[in-house]
Amino acid sequence: MASPLRLTIVTPEAQIFAGEVDMVTLPGVEGELGVYPLHTPLMTQIEPGELVIRRGTEETHMAVGEGFAEITGDHVTIITDMAIEADNIDEAMVEEARRRAEARLKEKLSDEDAALVQATLARTAAQLKVKRARKR
Amino acid sequence: MPSLRDIRRRIRSVKSTAQITRAMQMVAAAKMRKAQQAALAGRPYAAAMNRMLAELLPTVTDFTHPLMENRPLRRRCVLLVSTDRGLCGALNSTLFREAMKYDPQQTVFVAAGRKAAQFLTRARRTLLAEFSYRDTPQFAEARAISRFLQEGFLNGDFDSVEVVFMNFISTLVQQPETFFLLPLREIRAVSADHHGEVIAGELLKGATEFLFEPGPERVLGALLPHYLNFRVFQVLLEAKASEHSARMVAMKNATENANQLVKDLTLQYNKLRQAGITKELLEIATAQMALS
Repeated sequence: MASPLRLTIVTPEAQIFAGEVDMVTLPGVEGELGVYPLHTPLMTQIEPGELVIRRGTEETHMAVGEGFAEITGDHVTIITDMAIEADNIDEAMVEEARRRAEARLKEKLSDEDAALVQATLARTAAQLKVKRARKR
Repeated sequence: MPSLRDIRRRIRSVKSTAQITRAMQMVAAAKMRKAQQAALAGRPYAAAMNRMLAELLPTVTDFTHPLMENRPLRRRCVLLVSTDRGLCGALNSTLFREAMKYDPQQTVFVAAGRKAAQFLTRARRTLLAEFSYRDTPQFAEARAISRFLQEGFLNGDFDSVEVVFMNFISTLVQQPETFFLLPLREIRAVSADHHGEVIAGELLKGATEFLFEPGPERVLGALLPHYLNFRVFQVLLEAKASEHSARMVAMKNATENANQLVKDLTLQYNKLRQAGITKELLEIATAQMALS
């Protein structure tokens, strides 16, 4: 078997994950991206969505926000503004945040604020998607 | 020789000063913990991004971003990050000594924090803009500063941007630090060694060609500004951690000194009182002896 991937996920608040994994699936801006060891060096932007980490038969699902992923042969470094494990997502709270963001979007906002609210909206949508997919 | 009443008055005033400094110490200690946590929590992200760019940029040869443009240095810009308020020991004066090293003819300044703006005006330096940031720095505040610097650089108002701030090392130690923010080419030289974390050893050596998705322009176009914004944000966090740490220590010393002073004054007061009593007794005794 090939050497495992070293995955590091950091957000501005903390280092969320660091460890060896067998495979990771990222939400790239040009579609989902599955990364195995010995992947070609790649630099990509990621968008809010679902990230799956596979170790053996064990799968961890995470909701991630906007960010960047750097892939070298045996390293994957992901910097993103949010990363939450599916089990830790509080659906009610996220739903509430989403409703607030949607309400704010109806007000008159400067371009900058609007972009911020849009980003929040995308993040909450990603969390909800991950959470609900896991429930079924 | 001060009278008893004078000493009593001084004791009272020193005591109330000690109370104030103690209160400030408590407040600073609480804020310090929060600020230190924030600064430390941001470091892995900053370090990861640093490493990423340090690996990436040397491999990108066929493409340059305007933010990476190296121009002859005619005008440099310095972002000076200070505190808003004083009473934090030698923090600001150490910082300003660093800022004085720049040639006033060639350098324009941008201030973050009120003290820096005041100092620059007093020192008759060119102050381009003044920004403020809150006790818990917001990313939006950092972005405003960073965007101003980027625009100025792109418009050719200045040819380089340096940041001077107090780096947080520990509660007792804060050091002035300077690094080049723009042009981004410098990132290789100063790469991840900043913040005391030695990552340089881990860097990928050799010309690994990176694929970009979607395209180097798009990825770098998004990554570079974000990197700068975050870098400024991290500087604000570090500066805040330094400020609260320095204030905590300064106030602790002030409280201790005040308490010592109260002790000394009390001793002096008691001695004087005792001397007064003795003198009175002596007078009575002398008077009685003279009568009999």
